[in-house]
Formats: sequence, C-alpha cells, structure tokens
Amino acid sequence: MTVFLNKYFGGKQGAINLAILAILLLVIFPLWLDLFRLGLIGKYVTYAFVAVSLVLLWGNGGILSLGQGMFFGLGGYCMAMFLKLEASDPISTKIQTTPGIPDFMDWNQLTEIPWFWLPFKSFPLTVFFVLAVPTFLAFIIGYAMFKRRVGGVYFAIITQAIALILSILIVGQQGYTGGVNGITDLKTLLGWDIRTDSAKYVLYFINASLLIGVIILSNYVLSSKFGMLLLAMRDKEERVRFSGYDVSSFKIFIFCFAAMISAIGGAMFTLQIGFMSPSFVGIVPSIEMVIFAAVGGRMSLIGAVYGALLVNFGKTMFSENFPELWLFLMGGLFIAVVMFFPDGLAGVYRDHAKNFNIADWLIARYTKFLKKDPNMLGDKV
Amino acid sequence: MSNTDFILAIEDLTVSFDGFKAVDSLSMYIDKNELRVVIGPNGAGKTTVLDLICGKTKSTEGSIKFKNIEMTTLSEHEIVRAGVGRKFQTPSIYENLTVYQNLEVSYPVGRSVWGSLTFKRTSELSAQVRKIAAEVLLTEHLDLEAALLSHGQKQWLEIGMLLMQDPELLMLDEPVAGMSAKERDQTAELLNQICQNRSVLVIEHDMEFVKKIAHKVTVLHQGKILAEGSMEKVQANEKVIEVYLGH
Repeated sequence: MTVFLNKYFGGKQGAINLAILAILLLVIFPLWLDLFRLGLIGKYVTYAFVAVSLVLLWGNGGILSLGQGMFFGLGGYCMAMFLKLEASDPISTKIQTTPGIPDFMDWNQLTEIPWFWLPFKSFPLTVFFVLAVPTFLAFIIGYAMFKRRVGGVYFAIITQAIALILSILIVGQQGYTGGVNGITDLKTLLGWDIRTDSAKYVLYFINASLLIGVIILSNYVLSSKFGMLLLAMRDKEERVRFSGYDVSSFKIFIFCFAAMISAIGGAMFTLQIGFMSPSFVGIVPSIEMVIFAAVGGRMSLIGAVYGALLVNFGKTMFSENFPELWLFLMGGLFIAVVMFFPDGLAGVYRDHAKNFNIADWLIARYTKFLKKDPNMLGDKV
Repeated sequence: MSNTDFILAIEDLTVSFDGFKAVDSLSMYIDKNELRVVIGPNGAGKTTVLDLICGKTKSTEGSIKFKNIEMTTLSEHEIVRAGVGRKFQTPSIYENLTVYQNLEVSYPVGRSVWGSLTFKRTSELSAQVRKIAAEVLLTEHLDLEAALLSHGQKQWLEIGMLLMQDPELLMLDEPVAGMSAKERDQTAELLNQICQNRSVLVIEHDMEFVKKIAHKVTVLHQGKILAEGSMEKVQANEKVIEVYLGH
C-alpha cells in the first residue's frame, strides 16, 4: 500500500493533498461558483497543466524553459484547427467567396484549404497531433540543444526566442493561421455544441480530471529512478554522466514530456474558451506560467496548481479594478517569492506543518516534565 | 597498436590546448589488479590524463585502449559502461539526495530513459547498497542527506558510488585531500581492499599515503613521464628529487 501511494501519489501526505485538490476542483468549485466563475477556474486549470510541466522540467530537472507557451499554444491551435474546419461547413459559410473554408482564409483570398490543415478534418488524427506536434517540436529543440550541452540561462533564452519566433510566424501567416486574431468562432465538437451550459460543465469536469490524471502520472515519473536521476542531474550533471548515463537523452525526454502536458492544457483551453490566439504562444504567457510555478512552489506538482489558480484569481480581481497596476504587481510578486519563499506556497505550507510538529513536541516535552516532577508547579496544580 | 594483456594501454597520447601540450606523447600500461599511483608537481598533467581516459577531454593524438577497446572515440557514458569509473578531485555527490539514494542512482541497472522509468527496486539492489555502504563506513548514515556528511565521508561516498558500478578500472583523483590522519589510514585500507579484483589508478600528493597503497608509481612532469617503478626506486631517482620531491 505504501509502495502504491509512493508510486502514484507522492506518499501518504501527497495522496491527502491530491484528494483535497480533487474535492476542491470537482466538488466545491462546481457547487459553490456560478458558471461564469467556474469557467474562469476552468481556464486557470488549463494553465495549471503548464505549471505542472514546469515543476517537472524546472523544479526537478533544473531546466528552465521560458517557452512553454509555445507548446500550450500549439496544442490549442491543433484543437482549434479541427473545430474551425467543423464550424466552416458550406452552409454556414455560404456568403463567402469560397464557401466551406474557414472565414479568415476567405478574407485572405485563399480558395482552398491548405494541405497541412487537411489531417485536422479527422478527430482521432487531431487528438494525435495535439499531443504529437508539440512533443515533436520539443524533441527537435531538445535534441539540438541538449546534445550540444547547451543549458542553464542559454537554454532559457533560446526557448524564449523560439516562442517569440513562433508567435511572429503565426501572426504573419494570417491566411493560414488566422493571424493576430487567432482562430475564433468555434462552435461544435463532432456535432456537440460546446457553447451550451451543459457542455461547459462537462468540459470543466474533463479538464479537471485530466489535470488530476497528469499529476498522478507525473508522480509516477518522479518516484521512479528517472525522477531521482532528474534531481541528481540538477545537482551534479557531470557525476551523472560519469556514472554511465546519457544525460542528454534524459533531458530530451523530460522536455518532451513537459511539452505534451502543456499541450493538453492548450487543447482544453481551446475547447472551454472557444478560441486560440497567438497571445498564448509568445514570451509574456510563457513567463507568466513560470511565475505560476514559482509562486506555487517549483518542487511541488500540487503547489503549482494552486499557484496557477491564485495568481490568475489575483490577476482577475486586480485587473478588474487597477488594470495598469497588475503587471507591476505580478513582477513584484515574482521577485518577492524568489527572494523570500524560494519554495513557493508549497514551501510555506510544508514549513508551517513543521512548526505544528514543533508545537506537538513542546507539549509532549512539557507534559513529560510535569509527570516527572508533579510538585514543580506547587499548589497551582 | 596490437592487442595486449594490459587492462589499460595508453600509447603516444597527446593533447594540446591552443598549442600548449598538457600531455605530451605519453605511454603508460596498467596491469590487471594493479594499484598505480600517479604523482607529480602542479600542472604536470595528472588530472588531464584522467580526463582523457574517461572522455571528459578529447585527445589530439594517440590511443587509449581499455581491455583492447579503443576509448578515444567513445562518449563519456559509453566509457563508463565499458567499465571505467572516475572520482573527481572535489567530492562530487548529489547533496540533495540521501546516502542511500546516492548509491542507488549509481547502480548500473536501468541506465536508459525507459529502463529508469520501469526500474524496480529489488532486494539485490538494497543488499548491494548496504554491502557497499559497509565497505565505505557509511552504514549508519544511509538515510542522511549527503550534504550533511563530513568532507571525508563525502569522499568515501563518492568512492562507494563508483563501487556500485563495479568498474574494472577505478580512477581516483586525490581521494584523501582534506582528510584527517585517521581517515587517511582508513582510506588506504579501503583502497587495498578494493584493488583485490580490479585495477585502480590514483592521483595523490600525500607521499605517506602513496607509500601505503602503491604497487607502482608513475611520476609526471610537464605532460611527460619522468620516472616509473616502485616507490623506493622512484624516490631514489635524482630527476624526481629535483623537480618534485625536493632535497
């Protein structure tokens, strides 16, 4: 039983923490919040996938990627392409010059669907590409970087540059990608209208369940020898290499795995929010996602989820009242967390739990003291 | 180069950094079960030789054959898998992991990505960890975070991690640096035990320690071999006295 718990939930405490999160996401929020607020939570949960991926990659592996947004975005775009094709049937697009193609293609004088859009007519292929395209991109980047032993701040800058390039590419190729507006007006998934209230509930539950599943899977990875090697590589990469491990292949794997998790979040974002745009691909969202992981605790899978929820909740609250101040506040928050709580909220929670133990210990000691010498307190007892 | 009975045969090995030859057409042979110590003044190229053998530095010329397999073209992890283990000068251990985990990570099973994901912690593994921990005197500290060990214990832990790999050639760069006299004696005993069924190559400065362990000593100077032979022979060598041991 203990082995089972360690393997999939990060020990007994981890299982309790995960159960609390699951109850919060699957029971308390849906009962307590109206659909609008629940939709917001659903959106934050999609970001939490990226935060979880950064816990694996950055917290445990020591590889800081400032370009996780591109994987989130690519997953989202793959899903959006499928939904857009389904929404662009000849009847609902009959006022276009070329009916049956997505509206933005028509506006850009395209007369037929480009070849790379064609596989997205099939839903099984789309699901495959949602996972495969970002993973494959991560593999290419990872192979090129890690085999050459590029790491640390150089890797972070390169991932950031690639995220920027990708977002510029998407904006520039308006006819193929929808440009700066992204892919909008998504309606149905295999004939099922995703804009209805009931669909929104269903998608919310699928999304939250997937996140719990991803956390369990990530716990499995971290509890395996692979997880221990990740920590070892973060600590002393040379030692791992000279213990007979091909360090680069381990880094490539965890980078690809993190990309795939981020992509699931992106695809769920598209389904729930109903659009995807380049503003989720570039530098700013990528860095925001690092902040979610840092605030929640970069070593804690569950902490990262709370980080994503709380920072976004704060963002929504503040930007409703002081839209200009939010960016400064978030920058300040990031600096404060890095300076004072390097392990984020999860670290504060852990230390707090430790304080409770110290209190227990003091009580135990005090009672022992009393038992030893009952006259110690004299008549007062 | 023809095949030999030596476990390690280095021939005409040269490495040049921007024209500076740190190791200059060096030839050296190590027998099976031999404990060889390499000594020499600072900058003689001792650590560079270890770097070349384990693939950290690529040679400019020459050949390194381990069990008659050419090593100069292999990558670091392939050299380790062939059976060469290397300890670094400063203790290189995983400070965030426990002593047990440090030894477990070094266990030579599940070395691929998939292998490590599906790796099962068997009873042989834990028996092996405990056996090695006993050899390097760390049995009582198995659950301790490695960062909390003393300097000498860290050195032993790294030797233990190498023993987990069960290498046929073990290379140690200054294993007793920063150790107390008692720890040095214990380490000498440990090394004499270790080389019963493997070859060991040690770089060391402490002559008292060298006397206790060396089967044969090689003196390096400016990337070349100055003298080689038993400790007594080397100590009597005039050139060695002049450049290294002093009068």
